[in-house]
Amino acid sequence: MRWGVVVFPGSNDDQDTLWAIEQVLCEPAVRLWHKDTDLQGVDVVVLPGGFSYGDYLRCGAMARFSPIMEKVIEFANRGGLVWGICNGFQVLCEAGLLPGALVRNRDRRFVCAMSYVRVEETDTPFTHLCRRGEVLRIPIKHGEGCYVADAATLERLERNRQVLLRYVDSNGRATREANPNGSLGNIAGVVNEGRNVFGLMPHPEHAVEKWMGSDDGLKLFQSVIAAQRGAGAADLTAVAPGH
Amino acid sequence: MRKFTAAFVRLPEEESVRARVFVMPKKEVLDPQGKAVARSLHALGFTEVGEVRVGKLIELELRASDRHQAAERTEAMCRKLLANGVIEDFSFEIEE
Repeated sequence: MRWGVVVFPGSNDDQDTLWAIEQVLCEPAVRLWHKDTDLQGVDVVVLPGGFSYGDYLRCGAMARFSPIMEKVIEFANRGGLVWGICNGFQVLCEAGLLPGALVRNRDRRFVCAMSYVRVEETDTPFTHLCRRGEVLRIPIKHGEGCYVADAATLERLERNRQVLLRYVDSNGRATREANPNGSLGNIAGVVNEGRNVFGLMPHPEHAVEKWMGSDDGLKLFQSVIAAQRGAGAADLTAVAPGH
Repeated sequence: MRKFTAAFVRLPEEESVRARVFVMPKKEVLDPQGKAVARSLHALGFTEVGEVRVGKLIELELRASDRHQAAERTEAMCRKLLANGVIEDFSFEIEE
């Protein structure tokens, strides 16, 4: 399977994402420039972290209208896997591929820390190698990561089980203290109704080797790989990192 | 007889108009910037200050045949790019 990592002017986690895919997971990947209009036949598109277009106007607002995004939106609407990390999550919300929006952190501070996130749902291509309720340690680094949506949208997200990750403490409890940015419902990651578009604020590409402090992010990458290979989740748990 | 090249001919039907677009966080969306400003104002002795909300002012120049068309175009810009309807409300003024 082939991964595509979109590079916007101002993206800065594109290289780390490519490194995780190519060097750690040994999967082929291509870089997709924001001005490209061809997805080069990739099986999954990653919108990486960073500050696309300098975060001007609103995070992700400009990137959403770059030429490559038209193709990404078409790809997503055909059921293609699209994964937005941090700024990528903001771009997906701006593009309307995911509901809600990400605004300034509750405490107005940029947060750069290890976070604990609980896997809420496992029936998606992004999380099927995780256990329901499993707590992953994945770093966050953002100034605008407070997830908001109106009450009706939140209710729909919960009803459709679209919240995939929630900020928790080390014991897996979604408390206010464990919420680093004020996100409603401690939401750290959501999937669309079709379960093929996933956005999250934590950076799984920065948790793919033990020396990084955690390799829990691997499970998300490996889930995508396994899903693309069309294999059953049960057979593949053996190759998931040993936790 | 004087001849004018195209560059000298002004389009009579189009004029330059200035629009001022105000983008504000929706009432129900937390505005930590506004809260911080309110706290600072209180600390400076402006105790009469209640709620503060911080938004954006965007000024733009556009060509339009009349104010009505300018307003229509500005509204389209707000809906498409300048404001995010999930978290922000907008309003605007058209000046000559």
